[in-house]
Amino acid sequence: MSKHNITFEELQGNSTGFYALVGILGALVAMGLFAAYTMEHHGHVITGMDNQVVWGLPHIFAIFLILSASGVLNVASIGSVFRKAFYHPLARLSGLLAITLLVGGLVVLVLDLGRPDRLIVAMTSYNFKSIFTWNVFLYNGFIGVVGVYLWVMMDRSLQQFYRPMGLIAFIGRFILTTGTGSIFGFLVARSAYDTAILAPLFIAMSLVLGMAVFLLVLIASCVWGKRAMGIAFLERPKNLLSLFLVAVFYLITVYFITNLYVTKQHDLVYFLLASGSIYSYLFWIGYLALGTVIPLAILYHPIVGKTRNGIIAAASLVVVGGFSLLYTIIIGGQAFPLEIFSGMEVISSGFFDERAYHPYVPSVWEFMLGIGGISFAMLLTVMGMRILPFLFVPSSLSAIHLSPEEID
Amino acid sequence: MTDETNPNRREFIKNTAIVAGVAVAPGIFLHSVSQAKPDEHPVDNSVRWGMLIDTNKCTTGCDDCVQACNKEHGLTIEPSHRAETQPQWIRKVELKHKQTGKQTSLPVMCQHCENPPCQDVCPTGASFKREDGIVLVDKHICIGCRYCMMACPYKARSFVHETLTEQKPYSPRGKGTVESCTMCVHKVDKGENPACVTSCTHGAIVFGDLNDPNSEISQKLATEQSMALREGLKLNPGVRYQGV
Repeated sequence: MSKHNITFEELQGNSTGFYALVGILGALVAMGLFAAYTMEHHGHVITGMDNQVVWGLPHIFAIFLILSASGVLNVASIGSVFRKAFYHPLARLSGLLAITLLVGGLVVLVLDLGRPDRLIVAMTSYNFKSIFTWNVFLYNGFIGVVGVYLWVMMDRSLQQFYRPMGLIAFIGRFILTTGTGSIFGFLVARSAYDTAILAPLFIAMSLVLGMAVFLLVLIASCVWGKRAMGIAFLERPKNLLSLFLVAVFYLITVYFITNLYVTKQHDLVYFLLASGSIYSYLFWIGYLALGTVIPLAILYHPIVGKTRNGIIAAASLVVVGGFSLLYTIIIGGQAFPLEIFSGMEVISSGFFDERAYHPYVPSVWEFMLGIGGISFAMLLTVMGMRILPFLFVPSSLSAIHLSPEEID
Repeated sequence: MTDETNPNRREFIKNTAIVAGVAVAPGIFLHSVSQAKPDEHPVDNSVRWGMLIDTNKCTTGCDDCVQACNKEHGLTIEPSHRAETQPQWIRKVELKHKQTGKQTSLPVMCQHCENPPCQDVCPTGASFKREDGIVLVDKHICIGCRYCMMACPYKARSFVHETLTEQKPYSPRGKGTVESCTMCVHKVDKGENPACVTSCTHGAIVFGDLNDPNSEISQKLATEQSMALREGLKLNPGVRYQGV
């Protein structure tokens, strides 16, 4: 198996830059923890969330991280399941990120609970009908499966398990994202979520976000670690990113078109896309222009698409687009009022049923918590790279017959 | 003779009526007491508690039921805080029919569904339905994830956004957990009516056992047209409406 001819190494981790990075990430994690403590101490009254918009910015961050976690593992899967030797050098980093991003997302999710101190209850008292309960097992199981997958990658005596574990992890990541997407699918109560297409949409989004985050971390690890990596090395991952972007665009188009087919859903589509609400701007400018059209233009551009900065810009914009789309679906879907009284106009209500939409302005605490979660994921990634050999040695790539222009 | 017997007959009928009344009254009284559940007896599904709200009797601008609920359960409203974060177990809603313009006033609370979506989605089992149909939150195992609030088709649940004071011992509440109408289970278990029902001076809310064909609520439902909110979802709520 050619992958074993590639050698891997730890991050050197003795430069000032390394300590500065760890220091900054540590400070951001502390900031997130402080925000979580403040939210628990005062209650969610200090956040922008309320009884109308019950899931806010922390959920956007958490779902972003969880989707990225399952998507990022695709890089390893392409190597082991689809047997593309090109991806073998990237497999370990892909597995590491799958675990760290998921942990970061779960930390945000747990710290946003009303009672995070009762995490043990969530781990011991189950309702197996709930997709949330399934997700408790899917998330923990995923971390375990990817952990074993990484072990098999690193331990040569276990190489016969490399492909089977790769396949298990590959299946696991699809089930995991289906579970995450299903949290929002099938909620009959709310017009925006009463559809089955959210699960495949979330799978496609996970592919996009995972690949974008992977490219950014890979480039950062090479640039900051002063490790040689040719631009051609990014060629195939960035082409995949373009393909995944098109897939998400297709599914979100189907989401809106199927809603337009149902006449009573027109109000919802109008609200999200054309009402001039924050969600309309986030969709058209944040997701479509910044997060899809411009990245595609960059990635397919014959010159800019082959520059490192071009790929960094495209991947960063894709992250912005992903956040925008998640915000549109998750917050926008809650801001749109429930239709409780069929055929009736609500004149007044003691619980804001008369509103055309429910306002939501995220608080700084929610933002701090979310940033803290991303920083925690990155801190774990850096520490992982420092302790175990996750990064390929560039000079060993010739062993897998990569063409010369793919490395510096 | 006729003059003498008539008073006796009257007396006899009167006495019989009194005796019969004395004999039957405890039966009637005991019948109502029998609906009170002794604490050591588990709840069973021989009863299903429900409410019928007659919107023809419910009056625009009256919120006695809301006030009574807030008082009964100690739902303190902090005027200085955002209204959207305040607890709301029952609310008054004024509706206007889009076609006919007919206006309707009605209270909306937890509809105590037979198939509650909140129970389906709750990860820990904190949202549950008692055998007698009352949907509750076990505050001891609620982790505050708010998934039930996402799933509730009636927006009937509130999340406790801040530290509470002056909780009632019979109505446990806690910061960081989700809560909603308990159908005044603490009163119902003692054979009393929920606070909103007793507070309604218009007699717009009838409370009772949907499984008992002789109960007032069942009798009314058998003869009068009624509907459930969001009937198409097939949740079979325990709360039904008349005149909407």
